[in-house]
This record gives sequence, C-alpha cells and structure tokens, in this order.
Amino acid sequence: MIEINVSTENNYLLIHVEGEADASSSIHLDNVIKESVEEGHKNILIDCTNLNYISSAGLGVFMSHLGEIEEKEINFIIFGLSEKVLNVFNILGLDQLLTIKKSKEDAIVAIS
Amino acid sequence: MTYSFNIPPSKDKLRQMRKFVTEVLQKHRVSELEINMMVLAVDEVCANIIIHGHPGDDSEYVKINIDIKKNGVSFEIIDKGDAFDILKYNEPVLADLVKNKQKGGMGIMLVKKIMDQIDFKSTRNQNTLKLFKQVDVQS
Repeated sequence: MIEINVSTENNYLLIHVEGEADASSSIHLDNVIKESVEEGHKNILIDCTNLNYISSAGLGVFMSHLGEIEEKEINFIIFGLSEKVLNVFNILGLDQLLTIKKSKEDAIVAIS
Repeated sequence: MTYSFNIPPSKDKLRQMRKFVTEVLQKHRVSELEINMMVLAVDEVCANIIIHGHPGDDSEYVKINIDIKKNGVSFEIIDKGDAFDILKYNEPVLADLVKNKQKGGMGIMLVKKIMDQIDFKSTRNQNTLKLFKQVDVQS
C-alpha cells in the first residue's frame, strides 16, 4: 500500500511518498514521477520520511527515470530515508547514482 | 524452530508474507536492519515467482518455510510454477538499466548480495529455492 501526495512549494515540486513501494504498489509511484518529469518541472523533491519499505520494484522506478532526469537537467532529490530503506539503496550502490539528502532542508539547499 | 506460511500467488498478498516473516524474525531477536534485508530477499523471490512463474494461475500457493538455526536463518521457498533458477540468471549492469529505462533486474541482484548461500532445485512437481543468511539470532 502506498499513498502519494504531490504539492508545489516555492520553486519545487514536492512528492510525498508514504507506506510501501513493492511489486504491487510501485506502479503508482512510477505514474506520478513520470508525469512530473514530463510536465517539465526543474526541481523535484521526493519526501520519503514515511516510506517504510522499498523493494527492487520501487528502486526500479527511480532508476528508470534517471536518464530523462539527466537529459532534462532536472534537480531530482530524494530525502528523509529511514536507515533500513537507505540501506536497500546502498546494497546496490544506488546512493552513488541518485541524489539522496538527509532532510528537506538539505534538499532545498541543494537546489538553491 | 521452524515456521511455515502459504501465500496465494498474487502481488497484493506479498504484504502479508512480509508481515509474517518480520514477526518470526522479531521473535528471535534479529536486528531491524537484518530483518528488513531478509524480508526483502524473500519478497523479491516471491514477487518473481508470482509475476513470472504463475502467469494467470492463482490456484497454487507459494510455500515459505523459515528455519531458525544457531548461526543464522534458513528460508525455503517452494512453488509449483515454471522453474526459474536465479543462480543461472545473468544480472544486468546498472548503467544498462538506466540506458534502457528498464525497471526489472535488480531484485535478483539484491537477493544475491543479501544472502550468504543460495541453492535451487527443480523437480517435475516443484521448485525449491533455499536461502541462508548468517546472522545473530536467538533460538
């Protein structure tokens, strides 16, 4: 089960992800990110403070949009990962490919 | 100590399976970080079986056995769908996943990184995947 809320704050789009991103639910996250990238937002922040679980399906969502994010020079920043969720990114070294920040404040600093 | 759980081959049942595995491992005082990794590995295997091994067939359960050993935890995942030997699977390179905008492929990489031992056996009737992870556990 996943709940996603999108809002615009100042100069960035904030996507708040809550619950679990697994083989069954990650499709919803994919749709939201796809739409946000296509809409031409230049700053996209993903708030994962309340993301309790991620499997390869969720990781795959982030990875599959990476090419377009780089092409369009979008600032795409993930923040608020819990220790166990961050650990899943680290196992495959995805923390080296994606921009991950500790807090919302750190993410905002990174786009300004 | 052994535990067993059957899940119907449906993606929305994975959540129940994760809850079951989490509770068993919590009972045996495994750390939260290790629990999450083992739950993830079993989740990836089951998701694979459900998505690729049981196309359109929801009659057969996937069975999970958990065996708490002295030095770690052993899992057995048994299904009757199409056989898929993850040991023979060549993982993609991460850079190619990005280039091809590909979403799949990382699940098996995770299982192999997380688990210390993986054995696969397929007979005419069923497939058995055994996973073992060495970890501090209370028996």
